[in-house]
Amino acid sequence: MKFNKLNLLILLILLTLPLVTACSNGSEPAPAEEPAPVEEPEAADEYEELTNTELILATTTSTENSGLLDFILPIFNEMFGIETKVVAVGTGAALQMGVDGEADVILAHAKANEEELVANGDTLERFDVMYNDFIIVGPPSDPAGLSENAPADVNAGYALIAENQAPFVSRGDNSGTHIMELSLWESSGVGAPSEDWYVEAGQGMGDVILMASEMEAYTMTDRATYLAMKDDVELDIVLEGDETLFNQYGVMAVNPDKGDHINYPAAERFVDWILAPETQELIAEFGVEEYGEPLFFPNAK
Amino acid sequence: MDNFVSGFKDAFQLIITLDPEFFEIVRLSMVVSLTATLLAAIFAIPFGTWLGIKEFPGKRILVRIIYTLMSMPPVVIGLVLFLLFLRNGPLGEFRLNFTATAMIIAQFVLVTPIITGVVFNGTKERGPDIQALARTMGASPIQTVWLLIREMRINILSAVVTGYGRAMSEVGAVMVVGGNIKGHTRIMTTTIAMLRNMGEYSLAIATGIVLLLISFLINSLLYHWQQER
Repeated sequence: MKFNKLNLLILLILLTLPLVTACSNGSEPAPAEEPAPVEEPEAADEYEELTNTELILATTTSTENSGLLDFILPIFNEMFGIETKVVAVGTGAALQMGVDGEADVILAHAKANEEELVANGDTLERFDVMYNDFIIVGPPSDPAGLSENAPADVNAGYALIAENQAPFVSRGDNSGTHIMELSLWESSGVGAPSEDWYVEAGQGMGDVILMASEMEAYTMTDRATYLAMKDDVELDIVLEGDETLFNQYGVMAVNPDKGDHINYPAAERFVDWILAPETQELIAEFGVEEYGEPLFFPNAK
Repeated sequence: MDNFVSGFKDAFQLIITLDPEFFEIVRLSMVVSLTATLLAAIFAIPFGTWLGIKEFPGKRILVRIIYTLMSMPPVVIGLVLFLLFLRNGPLGEFRLNFTATAMIIAQFVLVTPIITGVVFNGTKERGPDIQALARTMGASPIQTVWLLIREMRINILSAVVTGYGRAMSEVGAVMVVGGNIKGHTRIMTTTIAMLRNMGEYSLAIATGIVLLLISFLINSLLYHWQQER
């Protein structure tokens, strides 16, 4: 390929343009409907001095996709002058980031696995933050008849899906949701499904909901992600309210012994802040305006 | 660093144990990318050659569009096709989403401008001479294009290799239209993306190593073939 000088010049300008615009993009407008900042907790004096203002939060896709973090994090950032970087991945990767010392604080929903990290000394104490619930959604025609025969009994519902060989899309990605789904197949007596009706996607919740809608299949999802996508998909709730479908979120600071790069002072502020009554109230408010019901139920002790 | 070391170990293990699930993933990757590249080549080689020698109004803008499409992000191609293939979309009746066919179509759309562009560039430079030669020999237009393709074969080969490399390495489009379904539409790049999200770093690196090995083998074969001709 040959370029004459003019073409080369134009190419150079085009290639450097994004750099120039990226640099001049410093100030972002603040979100319009931000709730009023709450008062700083009194315990603030007891914290270690904050030397690094960058906090890395490893969390599951559900907290980010639902919009909860966008709703509450700006308040935390403003209160402490901290810049929180959210890495939203599957539960497996979020916990692994803690083990590797790649994150400062973890917000996840796989209690047993989280307690393993605490026991191994990868993280400090784990605290309950909130819970949400899972629901089973399916095509409006409901070919396996869940809404009629098992509207609130997840074991019976899973058995019906298997019995009717109705298509079911599984996360298939070792996420907290996937681990829970697998244990439900076990407890419903189906075992480990491997037939053609059982589709293993290996993707995030939003992608799986889209796939289920397209394939006229059932899937299990957290309520928050479903409500956020409800208008774009042809899926109805066919099963909800079974207590086994409640999903507990926990927060843990990564053990500062993992190295100087762990921002423990910011992490301990985050943990205390998300457990504080004011933040817990905010969590309960989230989603009420848009969906008419809360998406997460705070239950910090 | 541990992830790289254990990645190499896992890669070795994947190859020697002949894990059937893994080999199905490798097989599908190659079938999808080779089919897409072959179909793209059948269309793009004559088209690029023709474009290189033919003058017509609007050619400059057409060439610019092709160059732009050469840098089209795969995820955008995936998204556009996904929306077209939606059950309620314009092509919904064919039920293409989440099938290997959709993945081949996506990679075809991705690779065709690349092969066209590279072939066009080569033909543009050497084409007129070859065309003049063909004219003095009294060749028909079809014979002229054929002669051009024969003379330009090394350039064409590198166009196809570039296209195949792009098809084999992309993840954005096949993830969207294929869905990474185990045993149906899961290929090497989508597996790597999935493993990363699961925190299985060393297995992800291992899959990447196998992907590179396959590319190396295919490129070696093509290079060898090019030397012999």
